[in-house]
Amino acid sequence: MDFKDTPEQAKFRKTCREWLEKNAKLKTGVEKNEFANIDFLQVAKDWQKKKYDAGWAMLHWPKEFGGIGASAIERIIWAEEESKFNVPKGIFEIGLGMAGPVMMEYATDEQKARYLPAMAEGKEIWCQLFSEPSAGSDVAGLRSKAVKDGDNWIINGQKVWTSGAHFSDYGILVVRHDPNLEKHKGMTFFFLDMKSPGIEIKPIKQITGGSSFNEVYFTDVVIPDSQRLGDVGDGWKVAITTLMNERLAVGDANGADVEDAFRWAKKQDDSGEPLINNKSVRSSIADWYCEANGLKNTKLRTMSALSRGETPGPEASITKIVSANKLQNIGAFGMDSLDMAGMLKTDDPEIQSFQNAWLGAPGLRIAGGTDEILKNIIAERVLGLPQDARADKGMPYKDIPSGNS
Amino acid sequence: MNLDFSDDQKFLQSEAKKFLEKEESVKRSRGVLEGSESFDSDLWQKIIELGWTGIRIPEEYEGLGLGHLELCVIAEELGRHLAPVPFSSSVYLFTEALIKYGSEELKKEILPKLVTGEVVGTIAVTEDFLAPTNNNIKTEVSDELISGTKIAVPDCEAATHSIIVCKSSNGIDLRLIDLSCKEVSINQVENIDGSRGHYSIEMKQTPSALIGDEGNGWILYESVINQAAVLFSFEQIGGSQAALDMAVNYANERYAFGKPIGSYQGIKHKLADMYVALTLAKSNSYYAAWALSSESSDLPVAAATARVSATKAYELCSKENIQTHGGNGFTWEYDCHLFYKRSKLLSLNIGSLANWKEKLVSNLEQSNIN
Repeated sequence: MDFKDTPEQAKFRKTCREWLEKNAKLKTGVEKNEFANIDFLQVAKDWQKKKYDAGWAMLHWPKEFGGIGASAIERIIWAEEESKFNVPKGIFEIGLGMAGPVMMEYATDEQKARYLPAMAEGKEIWCQLFSEPSAGSDVAGLRSKAVKDGDNWIINGQKVWTSGAHFSDYGILVVRHDPNLEKHKGMTFFFLDMKSPGIEIKPIKQITGGSSFNEVYFTDVVIPDSQRLGDVGDGWKVAITTLMNERLAVGDANGADVEDAFRWAKKQDDSGEPLINNKSVRSSIADWYCEANGLKNTKLRTMSALSRGETPGPEASITKIVSANKLQNIGAFGMDSLDMAGMLKTDDPEIQSFQNAWLGAPGLRIAGGTDEILKNIIAERVLGLPQDARADKGMPYKDIPSGNS
Repeated sequence: MNLDFSDDQKFLQSEAKKFLEKEESVKRSRGVLEGSESFDSDLWQKIIELGWTGIRIPEEYEGLGLGHLELCVIAEELGRHLAPVPFSSSVYLFTEALIKYGSEELKKEILPKLVTGEVVGTIAVTEDFLAPTNNNIKTEVSDELISGTKIAVPDCEAATHSIIVCKSSNGIDLRLIDLSCKEVSINQVENIDGSRGHYSIEMKQTPSALIGDEGNGWILYESVINQAAVLFSFEQIGGSQAALDMAVNYANERYAFGKPIGSYQGIKHKLADMYVALTLAKSNSYYAAWALSSESSDLPVAAATARVSATKAYELCSKENIQTHGGNGFTWEYDCHLFYKRSKLLSLNIGSLANWKEKLVSNLEQSNIN
């Protein structure tokens, strides 16, 4: 066992580090929101372009699409180094993490050449149109329709929880082309121009007060058949590729962590004594430290397998469940420590980070697979338990009960 | 980057697994529980013959001279198979304490005998129904002679020697005694996990030999249990994995309402929670194994992190294994209770969860993670 990079990895890390030092600012620990009150989208695009020009934007992609053909371990080294710097996040992850791999696998060579470099450069932003009002965890229950019309398909229906739809240029979409087939068999996958006539986007206000995702309505939207990804009826298979990527992309919950709770507990007075002297606080800090480091060390085990050129085990599947719940608990701890004042909005970035954690964590426990779906996946794929009961198994889609929704 | 065991270490682990399976170690554990012996002397003898008691003992003292990582993979298998032997007392605690703090003379005398099994050791610290601290040790030494009573000392039937944590005029000492000498009386005390005997040791003017510096014993004891915590964690993750495997098998085989119970989310999510806890514990134990084997200054934090996670994982896995088995899980006949009891024994031996959480946070305060 050792934690040393190989000489090649060390050299690669140094190259990443040098470029980042020249082009970004190191995190200081408590970050003021430097990106507030500015055009965040433009800042993020500028950063993406800068990375693209230097080959860092999608470093594991082939050169012709703007990457440098980096290995999995180099990709992780880059991500580790980049995460130490204060850079804009949250705009491109879905497109690059989910639409990118699907286009890479299913688009024609011309389409790849046209769309992938622009995606990597941040010139064009992509979103993912999967969930529907009546198809969340059971996303294969979706009902938006595609009807063939010559060389085109006509789309009608509604998508929901679409992150970034309001600033996206393109989207990947899965819809039902035949309700007479079983639900997994009657779906087809497309990509489309988000500025197409007939698309209406309405932001959804979240419990945080912000709006990062949307409802997207389709009324007779035309998609050329050439923008179909995979065969007619292969929609589920193609969607699974992206869902697998989504679980990797969502991963670790950003926000207040055990170091923040610990720093806070040492200085925050509660009836004249630092909170860290309180036994129940110490017990919680110990639990969060074990969780945070358990995830960190799990990642190191995954990296170890990757750096030997092996396929990592299933251990990374625990990441989102553990980190989103930890985030929620740490957020609550910070607010509770302030007693009544914990409810007050403030400019204090530390207090804000606990409040943001507490308000944002419920979303993370749902996005990209709820805690419950992820536990099903661990139980079925890792532990080998039987599939859940499926009351709709073998039924034509149109006959499946759907409640009132 | 390599947070994993080497191929040689993995081979050693798989050989250990095969051996303990072939020897039906879990069945032997039940045998000890139901019989009159307090450990399985036949299995212990075979373990000695395999050289495991001398893994860490340097070659100059006739041991194998291997590292802590080799000991970690053995520990995981002993835990998985509930081995009813005094390995943790004699190897993780007694032998490690001697290697680290014993005088050259003591090492020459004792270490080769630990390899051959002629000497088996344990460590005695507790004196009352509360956690031992450097302030509540009453057993006293004066002129090398110890007087006092220790309780809850594991594995004394097998042990020939014990390290005694005792009070001297200069503070706390670690001292070695010969359990066969006439100034010692040993009594077995019934305990919840009968597969690992516990004893009281009464000492009246018992001759002893100092280990490490006089008066500095509590710090040495803490350092010994910091090391041992990593090895205990590996036993605990081995046991957690076995309990999880049992629960998964049962959930696949047991039918209710026309389907395997493992297809219901009530059971599925329980088992997923066990997997999550075990994975965190395993990863933290791997890191602690690295810290131990590389003598990192991070060891106190890493060991406590592994220990807390592994204790939590084993407690969860062993209790929810019973729950998954329903009424059968509560019977003497099923093995579920063997893991439940061993999980508690391992979590209290060298100090409770609350104590290790406290140690973790105090160490964080000292190392000042911010």
